[in-house]
Amino acid sequence: MASTRGLAQTRPIDWARANLFNSWWSTAVTLLLAWGIIRALWGFIGWAFVHAVYSVPHAADGAPDTAPCRAAQEVGACWAIVPEKYRFILFAFYPYDQQWRPALCVVLFVALYAVSANRRFWRRELGLIWIATLGVVALLMWGGVLGLPYVPQYQWGGLPLTLILATLGLAVAFPLAVLVALGRRSTAMPAVRLLCIVYVELIRGAPLIAWLFMATVLFPLFMPAGVDFDKLLAAQVAIILFAAAYLAEVVRAGLQALPKGQSEAADALGLRYWQKTRLIILPQALRLVIPPLVNTFIGFFKDTSLVLIVGIFDLLKAGTTAVADPPWQGFGNEVYLLLAVIYFAFCFAMSRYSQGLERELDRSRRH
Amino acid sequence: MSQTADATSIDRPGLTGQPMIVLDKVNKWYGAMHVLRDVSLTVAEKERVVVCGPSGSGKSTMIRCVNRLETHQTGRIVVDGTELTDDVRALETIRREVGMVFQSFNLFPHLTILQNLTLAPIWVRRMPKAEAEELAMSYLRRVKIPEQANKYPGQLSGGQQQRVAIARALCMRPRIMLFDEPTSALDPEMIKEVLDVMIELAESGMTMVCVTHEMGFARQVADRVVFMDQGEIVESGPPAELFENPRTDRLRLFLSQILRGH
Repeated sequence: MASTRGLAQTRPIDWARANLFNSWWSTAVTLLLAWGIIRALWGFIGWAFVHAVYSVPHAADGAPDTAPCRAAQEVGACWAIVPEKYRFILFAFYPYDQQWRPALCVVLFVALYAVSANRRFWRRELGLIWIATLGVVALLMWGGVLGLPYVPQYQWGGLPLTLILATLGLAVAFPLAVLVALGRRSTAMPAVRLLCIVYVELIRGAPLIAWLFMATVLFPLFMPAGVDFDKLLAAQVAIILFAAAYLAEVVRAGLQALPKGQSEAADALGLRYWQKTRLIILPQALRLVIPPLVNTFIGFFKDTSLVLIVGIFDLLKAGTTAVADPPWQGFGNEVYLLLAVIYFAFCFAMSRYSQGLERELDRSRRH
Repeated sequence: MSQTADATSIDRPGLTGQPMIVLDKVNKWYGAMHVLRDVSLTVAEKERVVVCGPSGSGKSTMIRCVNRLETHQTGRIVVDGTELTDDVRALETIRREVGMVFQSFNLFPHLTILQNLTLAPIWVRRMPKAEAEELAMSYLRRVKIPEQANKYPGQLSGGQQQRVAIARALCMRPRIMLFDEPTSALDPEMIKEVLDVMIELAESGMTMVCVTHEMGFARQVADRVVFMDQGEIVESGPPAELFENPRTDRLRLFLSQILRGH
């Protein structure tokens, strides 16, 4: 079946004959699958486009009349919910007239990712750019200065909140993970090593949901009365600690894979531990683990949605709340599809970027 | 001319007789395995010592103890007047003065040849970048591959990589060079280009300790050959004497095996 794989120039018809119709059972499987795909696609197109309802009339008081949607509910999508609810899905309970602020934050985050992705900007100043951007995001989200009304954290929500949890979570967790991974391999400091082992084993021994509960519900009970422990901060800390334990193991795998000679050569040249680690060990070890690292990043980007169970209005929770509105009940599919597209856009971008980065690093080394 | 293990035995013109490396009754164990047994050896300034012996004889372990890539358990090791202990400062001083070349080159694959060479001068010697690059280029010319400066190690042949590794060590301007089987991983046609560089280095007056099976090299440049077996120094002396008149059966056996192999 793979006989024509290596040929650079094959006509599609030849390729199909060789790969899809090369025997009677292959032909049968091909036709069966093609029929299944076409049926599913046909059904989806009919639901999503042909029979879809794109807008609904509004009563004089502004209340939507979702009767057209209900009439088509079995056969067509109700896209009318999107223009109706997208502001709530994206920004949740953030004051309506101030929603340009979280919107700007989303733009800032995307710009920050774009800048960080470019290897030309990989230098010390990038750290300052991150700090500055996160500072501006904090300023925009909270306000209270420069004439921006103050918005407390419990009103934050939607996409910017998801991006904050994921970005801040991974940005803090990653350096922490590197330290834990190095600590776990330390031979000179057995106490540090033990601490790192206990940390990793303890954290990954329980699910993230359990840690989120402990951080937001259980932990505040132990605090002295009057100490107000913010729920969002608690969840953020839980995500950071959880992600760091997983990332630490990924980084450790990279450290383990590096030949011992690299470390010895650096030692023999007189480099100190941190010089050796920063200049020789980490650049190679991290490069080796880009695929599992990005895999973990993508996993955690989506896992931030678990905060909904402790009542934080991230993107997913905002979506589920939007379809709880009585006139729109029953139109969850459309909203979940929209959420899936948003999550997919971020995750797919990460995945593509990591593939590009691997290729680029490979090219610069040309083995 | 003495043949005892720890004598500085030769009186080639140019030798000052000042000891650069002193190993005094050094012992090392890996668990229950006794890998160095009362090893005593003194290497004088500008002396060229070749260490040979069957595999597993402890020769690599011995020279790796000199810059503490391995730690010894008993005995004393003094390098250029500084004793090797757990003291990190002393170790830093010694590693700055001792260059090492490995069997598997151990170049840094993520850095260009030039970056491989300038790394330690810049970070350890605090040399300005331009000066370090100038120094690096002068050594690359000396090992005859200046045109490879901007390539990556993976793009070079084994012989070229090992010459780069030698240049990298020399960029720290060490007073002592250690070679741990520098030609063992090379294809036969590349061995000569590496040995030529080592011979030139020997002639420039560098203090050298080489673990190698290249008997031709030993004859040509070694002031003294040390034969090790089962963790101890069995015989040592000038190459001609040692190779023509081995006094122990162990050395005789080793030499016959080496010669048959070549």
